[in-house]
Amino acid sequence: MLLSQRLLRTAYSLTALSLLIGLAACNSSDTATEDGDDMAAVDSPDSGVTGDVLVDGSSTVFPISEAMAEEFMAENPDARVTVGVSGSGGGFSKFCAGETDISNASRPIKPEEAEICAENGIEFVELPIAFDGLSVITNPENDWAECLTVDELKMIWEPDAQGAITNWNQVRDEFPDAPLGLYGPGTDSGTFDYFTEAIVGEDGASRGDFTSSEDDNVIVQGVANDQGGLGYLGYAYYIENEDRLKLMAIDGGNGCIQPSQETIADGTYQPLSRPEFFYVKVDSLSNPAVRAFAEFQIDPDNANLVNETGYVPIPADLAPLAQERLDNEIAGTVFPDGSAVGVKLADLFEAQQ
Amino acid sequence: MTTQQDFPSQEKGSSSISSSYQPNLSGRYKLDKIFAAIALICAWAGLVVLAWLLVDVFTDGVSRLTWTFISEFPSRKPDEAGLLSALVGSIWLIGIVALVAFPVGVGAGIFLEEFIKNSVIGNIIEVNISNLAGVPSIIYGLLGLAAFVRWMEPLTGGRSIIAGGLTLGLLVLPIVIVATRESLRAVPDSTRLAGFAVGATRWQVVRDTVLPPAFPGILTGTILALSRAIGETAPLITIGALTFIAFLPRGPRDSFTALPIQIYNWVSRPQQEFHSLAAGGIIVLLVVLLTMNSIAVILRNKLQKSR
Repeated sequence: MLLSQRLLRTAYSLTALSLLIGLAACNSSDTATEDGDDMAAVDSPDSGVTGDVLVDGSSTVFPISEAMAEEFMAENPDARVTVGVSGSGGGFSKFCAGETDISNASRPIKPEEAEICAENGIEFVELPIAFDGLSVITNPENDWAECLTVDELKMIWEPDAQGAITNWNQVRDEFPDAPLGLYGPGTDSGTFDYFTEAIVGEDGASRGDFTSSEDDNVIVQGVANDQGGLGYLGYAYYIENEDRLKLMAIDGGNGCIQPSQETIADGTYQPLSRPEFFYVKVDSLSNPAVRAFAEFQIDPDNANLVNETGYVPIPADLAPLAQERLDNEIAGTVFPDGSAVGVKLADLFEAQQ
Repeated sequence: MTTQQDFPSQEKGSSSISSSYQPNLSGRYKLDKIFAAIALICAWAGLVVLAWLLVDVFTDGVSRLTWTFISEFPSRKPDEAGLLSALVGSIWLIGIVALVAFPVGVGAGIFLEEFIKNSVIGNIIEVNISNLAGVPSIIYGLLGLAAFVRWMEPLTGGRSIIAGGLTLGLLVLPIVIVATRESLRAVPDSTRLAGFAVGATRWQVVRDTVLPPAFPGILTGTILALSRAIGETAPLITIGALTFIAFLPRGPRDSFTALPIQIYNWVSRPQQEFHSLAAGGIIVLLVVLLTMNSIAVILRNKLQKSR
């Protein structure tokens, strides 16, 4: 009898505890509703727009989106922007299932992804948010290589190189006898897709015997500790680790050019300078918060946020074109084959408009 | 070993086996000491690794442990960034996991151990639960995505706290069931027989004589299961927990993030400052874990004493 009383008492206190938790939850949700959860709430001029914005997609674009969302919510306290990181591909699969309003991508939407979107009746506006320069890096102790041509990079990274190209002296005759250690992003990343397409010429075609990681800091670590190391990653990761890495210039046919804010923005760093995108669902544009957030992201006044996160803002001539696309809700992609290598965005946008 | 090798040379011409026996005590004691030393190293290995981890994390992250860090939302500026939304999200998750896994797990454990023990159905269920306990956590994430996020969307609200809590609840359910059964099994059969002898029904026996002494063990098992749930990342990423979220959830159907996801996000950033934020996040997660584990220990001791 005594035992069962003990048990009951414990059960009571546990119930009380869970009730407490429940009460706290109810409280918080009550206050929240008072603040005005209602999506149909009128836009009051001083507190900005109201509504939820669901963003998901590329991890490369995430820091930009995070900065934008933070500032946007500071201006519009009643808007709620959330950003997920599912990768460019993962983001599109949610976007085309109608689960998100905006999908970030470090590459254009692929034809097969656009097809799924069309099947589900999801129309989208394609907008640029920033530029990134894929940076080829080596160990600082590498004193032999300053500049690599696209052909040399191709020779190193193409699928046929697997197990065959293992030494620097195979890349160029004047290079010394030093084992080649390769580091790159994982096959799910948009960075991998873009690099293989720009260098090897085919999306996803790469040798498999390199150290790959979804975390670019692992690539930094690898190259920084391997005298014969070579890797590629986003420009922001190079900038943060300048003292531990050496930046390669790339010869795309017009001489050796190093990635920098200037060469990435004006497109002279070719073919590894790439645009970053976000895709807005047309149906969601009727939500004032989604529209306002999309406008906020392409607004030239917010270009400093892009700079802050280590990326290059879209050039001045592109911003009005992007704004026009958004205003007119021009749906569809300007990259029918899903490739953004070596194209000028402004030309493509003008052609579509 | 030594004695056998020494045997032919030393014992030449001896007459009886008993006199040839050399105890070689010093050799045996030496072996004993060597074994003790190895065992000691094994025992310390875990501790050393833990201490190393703590030192590493604390040197990186302790400077980040300010009130701002706990009370602010994530930010692009490392100095203003905090993990409030992740901490609250994790606490929400734990609450839901406890509400789901405790009653269902304990109920299943009692049923299997007290009501259908050694029956065919019982054995089938038992094998399946053991299998479930070995399923990788990401598989539970896929199950949660299909069942709770997509199929039960009208109820759960999609990628919500409740969907995450239910997924993690399923993940730790086998642990709770196994812990419950182990605790029940430790109760001597004589108490059950005594109950039946005075005419109690099976449920009365379970309620009044078996469950009370087993309860501390069940509680400990449940809290340890919750500790496992709080550190899980893979299933949450699969069901679509968010990374940047600068408001607190308004209810169980709201979107959320959790501590491990926030830590992972900070670790993968290029800036060094975010890496130290990640270390700070790890400390917070460790503190939450240790608090939960010590609650388990205190509850167990208290309940055992009161018996």
